[in-house]
Amino acid sequence: MARPDIPGRLAGEPDPHLYLSGVTVSFDGFRALNALSLIIEKGELRTIIGPNGAGKTTMMDVITGKTRPDEGEVFFAGEHDLTQLDEAGIANLGIGRKFQRPTVFENLTVYENLELAVKTARGTFATLKGRLTGEMRDTIERLFDTIGLAARRHEQAGALSHGQKQWLEIGMLLGQDAQLLLLDEPVAGMTDHETAATAELILRLAKERTLVVVEHDMEFVRSLGAKVTVLHEGSVLAEGNIDQVQANQRVVEVYLGR
Amino acid sequence: MRDHPTYPLLTPRGWLVFALVGLVLLAVPAANQWAATGSAAHLPDYLVPLIGKYCTYAMLALALDLIWGYAGILSLGHGAFFALGGYCMGMYMMRQIGTRGVYGNADLPDFMVFLNWKELPWYWQGFDMFWFAALMALVVPGILAFVVGWLTFRSRVTGVYLSIITQAMTFALLLAFFRNNMGFGGNNGLTDFKEILGFPIQAQTTRVGLYVASVIGLGLTFLICRAVVTSKLGRVCLALRDAESRVRFLGYSTTGAKLFVFTLSAVLAGLAGALYVPQVGIINPSEFSPANSIEIAIWVAVGGRGTLSGAVLGAFAVNWAKTWLTGAAPEVWLFFLGLLFVAVTLLFPKGVTGLVQQVRNRLATRAIPRQAEGD
Repeated sequence: MARPDIPGRLAGEPDPHLYLSGVTVSFDGFRALNALSLIIEKGELRTIIGPNGAGKTTMMDVITGKTRPDEGEVFFAGEHDLTQLDEAGIANLGIGRKFQRPTVFENLTVYENLELAVKTARGTFATLKGRLTGEMRDTIERLFDTIGLAARRHEQAGALSHGQKQWLEIGMLLGQDAQLLLLDEPVAGMTDHETAATAELILRLAKERTLVVVEHDMEFVRSLGAKVTVLHEGSVLAEGNIDQVQANQRVVEVYLGR
Repeated sequence: MRDHPTYPLLTPRGWLVFALVGLVLLAVPAANQWAATGSAAHLPDYLVPLIGKYCTYAMLALALDLIWGYAGILSLGHGAFFALGGYCMGMYMMRQIGTRGVYGNADLPDFMVFLNWKELPWYWQGFDMFWFAALMALVVPGILAFVVGWLTFRSRVTGVYLSIITQAMTFALLLAFFRNNMGFGGNNGLTDFKEILGFPIQAQTTRVGLYVASVIGLGLTFLICRAVVTSKLGRVCLALRDAESRVRFLGYSTTGAKLFVFTLSAVLAGLAGALYVPQVGIINPSEFSPANSIEIAIWVAVGGRGTLSGAVLGAFAVNWAKTWLTGAAPEVWLFFLGLLFVAVTLLFPKGVTGLVQQVRNRLATRAIPRQAEGD
């Protein structure tokens, strides 16, 4: 498998956890991503902002194998060419994705949602024979410690509030032992109290995993205090800390309209 | 709180119901064979193959419920898998006729002699052996389902498109089997069977034997389906019914899960068909008619899809109504079937079992004042 040749990176330096270079995706002539390049280091927490249609969700689709790029390279941990794998294959490499709209299995219980998420052999026959082992039960209890919801374990996930579903979904990503977490608007539809709790959760997770957070809520982005990438019309418009980005004249133009 | 769910094959109460239903079904031939003719306990001869036929329909309903009720894939071609299983068994029984046919040809079935065929086509080889025919009754529907499923699921064809493709599949088979030169008896199909495994097919004791085999087949099918729906794969199926992309992003192959359940379902439908044909004594292309496959979906919907007992109940109830109505007022039957489907869809979408559950819940909430919901 060809390793990416990353300009400006010295020999011996560790590979970036996620590497996008010149990624272009067109839908019927509309360029959703336009030669997008992005480097996320291992263990980094990165927030990505941008107006509607900037290509944030398409970028997630490309990384997780839902959309194949027309052009460009996408590498995970320097060795896995993500453009050659399907969604399940990419998920099994350790890339977890939380959708914009919380997506959990509404007709299964909270516990069962986590059971399906916990990392195990994913083959069809392995799944048919799969049993809930003691080790899995311990993992699930640890997940409950992280995301709460222990008291509602036997309720159907459809009965959870919007915010609780978001947490359950994050819990599922942790259950599959994702090393790179892509969170698409994790605090959309949350109360202020829930938003604060989620920010705290994300900062805790960022200590041992790589996180990419796409968000609209500027206060929330500020509270994470991480490096910010601004997307606009399918490519990177600006990068830096939140103050630098907010002071950037082009960013202001894009956000306030021309 | 450190409790976790368990998934027994059946609860103790479930086993009790399972055993009771089995006993009641097995009491039918006992009451027919051993109760004195004229006594209240005696059941007439015709009931044995009739209820035996219902048992095979119930197996077919279970097969469809597995793929529709649990994995959310509405196959409108399950009649084809049933018919293919039936044809395999019919081919075996045709070969058993031997020289007793009208033309007395030891190798060729009558319709082939009539068509001036000189030798048995290659695909009829081996069907003189029961074990081979029985195996093919499972393998042929299984392979067809695997191929159709692989082509459609891999291309992510779902929902109504998959239903249409399966309808087209059964319709194509209907047309193919109508053709005389397919070598399956054309329009007339396969019939005039003489014996199965050496037992005369018309004898009441043989019918009782076939009936018992159908009851055992139904019990086995039920347990196999239970094993699947209580497995982790069963929960993956429910999950992909709700949010397929989430299942994929968790690293499961949804194509694999669907393909497994679809193929297993077709194999079970084939088994049902193989038990059906010796009891009704004929198999012809009309079994492939698209309306037949739609009717199976109606049985499952009436009983309550997503519950295995509902599928069995629906198959028995609708077919009992069909037997009764087509006898009492044949012109009403199709209107009744249509009305039933509309009524089920609009009024009780979870079928009879859902209705029972609803009533039970209402009684329970009336008996115990609702507990205040804590946060």
